[in-house]
Amino acid sequence: MTPPLLEHPFLAGLPHAAELTGRARLVEFPRAGRLFDEGARADRFWLIQTGKVALDLHVPGRADVVIETLGDGDVVGWSWLFPPYAWHFGARAVADTTAVEFDAAAVRAVCDADPVLGQALLRRFLGVMCDRLQAARIRLLDLYARDPYLETPPATPPSGPPPATAPAAGSRP
Amino acid sequence: MTAMLPAPYRVIDRHEETYDTVTLRLEPVGAAIPDFRPGQFTMLYAFGVGEVPISISGDGSGGGRTAGGDGAGPVLVQTLRAVGAVTRALCDARPGMTVGVRGPYGSDWDVAGAAGQDLVIVAGGIGLAPLRPVVLAALADRDRYRRVVLLVGARTPRDLLFPAEIAAWRERGIEVAVTVDQADAGWTGDVGLVTALVDRAVYDPARCAAFVCGPEVMMRFTARSLLRRGVPAHRIRVSLERDMKCGVGLCGHCQLGPLLVCRDGPVVRYDGVADLIVVKEL
Repeated sequence: MTPPLLEHPFLAGLPHAAELTGRARLVEFPRAGRLFDEGARADRFWLIQTGKVALDLHVPGRADVVIETLGDGDVVGWSWLFPPYAWHFGARAVADTTAVEFDAAAVRAVCDADPVLGQALLRRFLGVMCDRLQAARIRLLDLYARDPYLETPPATPPSGPPPATAPAAGSRP
Repeated sequence: MTAMLPAPYRVIDRHEETYDTVTLRLEPVGAAIPDFRPGQFTMLYAFGVGEVPISISGDGSGGGRTAGGDGAGPVLVQTLRAVGAVTRALCDARPGMTVGVRGPYGSDWDVAGAAGQDLVIVAGGIGLAPLRPVVLAALADRDRYRRVVLLVGARTPRDLLFPAEIAAWRERGIEVAVTVDQADAGWTGDVGLVTALVDRAVYDPARCAAFVCGPEVMMRFTARSLLRRGVPAHRIRVSLERDMKCGVGLCGHCQLGPLLVCRDGPVVRYDGVADLIVVKEL
């Protein structure tokens, strides 16, 4: 039977999950409470039960820039998996947040001792990382921006005559 | 009136939704176009400039019209973004000016066919405009549907369409989540891709109908997220964009494999196009 603390979608069906018992505790962050800062030691990670957490980055001369927000059911933090075990971004709660907090060093030790659990947990994290990488790549496309060619068409197109009608647009995305 | 002859409509109201997007309210000068269904589009003609396909963003409940500002007559509501010569001319149209309207054309969202199910409405950018009639139809007949979830992605907070209406929809029982690609300091909502909202939203994948509109890449990834949640492909509808010219399936400019998007679309079931929209130059 899965301990109540480990009943989180991210851990559903994870083999040997009970071994994580004792490495986790329930924590609460009030709105605006910081989880971690860029450059600090990555010694924990969290599974959000309810609430919202913003990953942010300090940019000199500007307020902290929010890179992404995470919500119910999401994972916060993977820098604890790899040396040098330091956070690359910061994180703060942007709503009252309840999460399961894991002791990173203890979880690494359990995973080393139990490769079945270790591989399964790593696969879960890779899935999350893959999703966020894909999302970041799509955001790089800036899909919702106006097409610069359509916005300022050249007086003489590079080749061929101009279209008989202007490029379709409007509320057809 | 023939399918190729624009009906003159007078601009009776122009509302700036964002810095580059306006909503025009149009009333017929003479004969009105036929009633429309949510998801259909018209060909809007800026006289002397050109013609473009524009989805109808107004309420479908009154035969495609809402009462005019003075309650005097049928009104066609269309939201468009200035991206080219024609759309710039249309966006610049002021009350009193006349534009041409052909249509309505194409397939619809079939909102009524989703009775008894959760509605998952996913919009990206200007894609919220063609989905606004879906939200309005759900609100007008709220008891016919279970959860109504609206997930919106925008480039920045200042690009978000209908912010006041979204707040009102939320108060009327629509579960709304909004995310932006780039946030400013004042933004307190979500930041990230709209697919993250699809993953987090609460709905029953086995008993839902999904309506997706936005840039095609956004729709592909949204559909994959919905499929991963367990939504059957035939329950996902997307609104395609191709180079529509005639609007009636004659010219072939909007061909997508076996489909003519102006006639067989723009709204199509995802299982019918999933393999087509990943083919280059099809």
